[in-house]
Amino acid sequence: MENQIFELQYAMDTFYFLICGALVMWMAAGFAMLESGLVRAKNTTEILTKNVALFAIACTMYMICGYDLMYGGGLFLSGVETTGGIDVEAALAASAENGFDGDSVYSGASDFFFQVVFVATAMSIVSGAVAERMKLWAFLLFAVVMTGLIYPMQGGWTWGGNSVFGMFELDYSDYAGSGIVHMAGATAALAGVIVLGARKGKYGSDGEINAIPGANLPLATLGAFILWMGWFGFNGGSTLKLGGIAVANEVANVFMNTNAAASGGLIAALIVARIIFGKADLTMALNGALAGLVSITADPASQTALMSTIIGALGGLIVVFSILALDKLRIDDPVGAISVHGTVGIFGVLAVAIFGDASFSGQIIGLLTIFIWVFVLSLITWLIIKAIIGVRVTEEQEFDGVDLSECGMEAYPEFANK
Amino acid sequence: MKLVTAIIKPFKLDTVREALSEIGVQGITVTEVKGFGRQKGHTELYRGAEYVVDFLPKTKLEVAVSDDQVDSVLEAVSKAAHSGKIGDGKIFVSDLQQVVRIRTGESGEDAL
Repeated sequence: MENQIFELQYAMDTFYFLICGALVMWMAAGFAMLESGLVRAKNTTEILTKNVALFAIACTMYMICGYDLMYGGGLFLSGVETTGGIDVEAALAASAENGFDGDSVYSGASDFFFQVVFVATAMSIVSGAVAERMKLWAFLLFAVVMTGLIYPMQGGWTWGGNSVFGMFELDYSDYAGSGIVHMAGATAALAGVIVLGARKGKYGSDGEINAIPGANLPLATLGAFILWMGWFGFNGGSTLKLGGIAVANEVANVFMNTNAAASGGLIAALIVARIIFGKADLTMALNGALAGLVSITADPASQTALMSTIIGALGGLIVVFSILALDKLRIDDPVGAISVHGTVGIFGVLAVAIFGDASFSGQIIGLLTIFIWVFVLSLITWLIIKAIIGVRVTEEQEFDGVDLSECGMEAYPEFANK
Repeated sequence: MKLVTAIIKPFKLDTVREALSEIGVQGITVTEVKGFGRQKGHTELYRGAEYVVDFLPKTKLEVAVSDDQVDSVLEAVSKAAHSGKIGDGKIFVSDLQQVVRIRTGESGEDAL
């Protein structure tokens, strides 16, 4: 009888992992819709191509070597029990040893599936920031390096428990990846935008900042809602376990707090935008919801719903000022990805030290390690790609839209204004 | 015969149409147009940055009328399209040389 309960627990934790992984996979759709809504119509097909291709590349590269670098699963998942059958006796023994409150016990393939969709999320962050002017294949080449090497290495130092090149170990707390996933993705994006430069016409010669309105705000809103929903898998699944009353309660807390933080972030950003601009800016409100989600991602389990709302609201406040500040620095980020995931990602990690029980030194050293590694490696990668095939389309191609130059097709051919 | 062309604010279209029906105007042609006058364009806001919309959406009305109807049409449109705010639009009157009703072949004032 006891063995049957353990089998059930194993099945439940595996099932929970898989469902949460599927929710996180759906965030790829959220990013695709958000980004295609916030770019101009002439760049829609290309941003969608980037989003579907990066997801597939991430899944393939993580299978080839990423998972091994991060968690030691062997190249091509050779160390993960997948189709070869599983040692049920050993799994039962592990279940009995860990009980309902110990470590998670689940299928190895489900762990890979859950981890791989996080890599894709990190990479999705990059695509929005470099939108409307980057060559498609330069971006896809970068995706190979980012998902096969850059992300897995820093993920290994943090979640994987590896020491940093044998030099030191991190004392860093990041529940679902405010820093490991979101700030890492934003850092790679920042390096890319620095190498790439701003969209033509975004910044005037005498310092003015021009608006380049997105083509489709319904799509952007749908994208933000999809991300909001997928985040329940992102944070909720990061509990890594469901069996047992205590853990089930933690999972419920995570869902509740994730939702609360998104709400807090949206309200804060909406109000701040209204005060600063005099109008309710929908795109800022959407960024605010996402900022709230990023803020709570580093510690969604231990806070109360009220504290989560406040932490999310702080994130929503920070994101508006970060977007304005980056524009002043002429760092052109069409969708606000660097602010939402980078600036607010840093805040989320530090929030664990401010409101939770992590040490400031551990959080800061962790952030610096991730930032320096990702930024330097990304910069080198972008520069190498620039030297080999170039990263930016020509001025004329940019004017006509990268849909035509990169993909040869328009997103809305029947409405072409020719 | 005259052709009266009026550029009005889009939200005034229904009021103008009713006013013209009341004075016995039989047909109106309406087009959605864009343009600017002394009002110029207006500014919109996106993510904190202002941008100028140079051409504002307006509605163009064309009415063909007999000479003795012109004054009442001008009065009806001016009154109905009036809001007193900048951007109310303009009315142009031009001579109309010939009109033909395609179905019957009638021409001149009979075709109005």
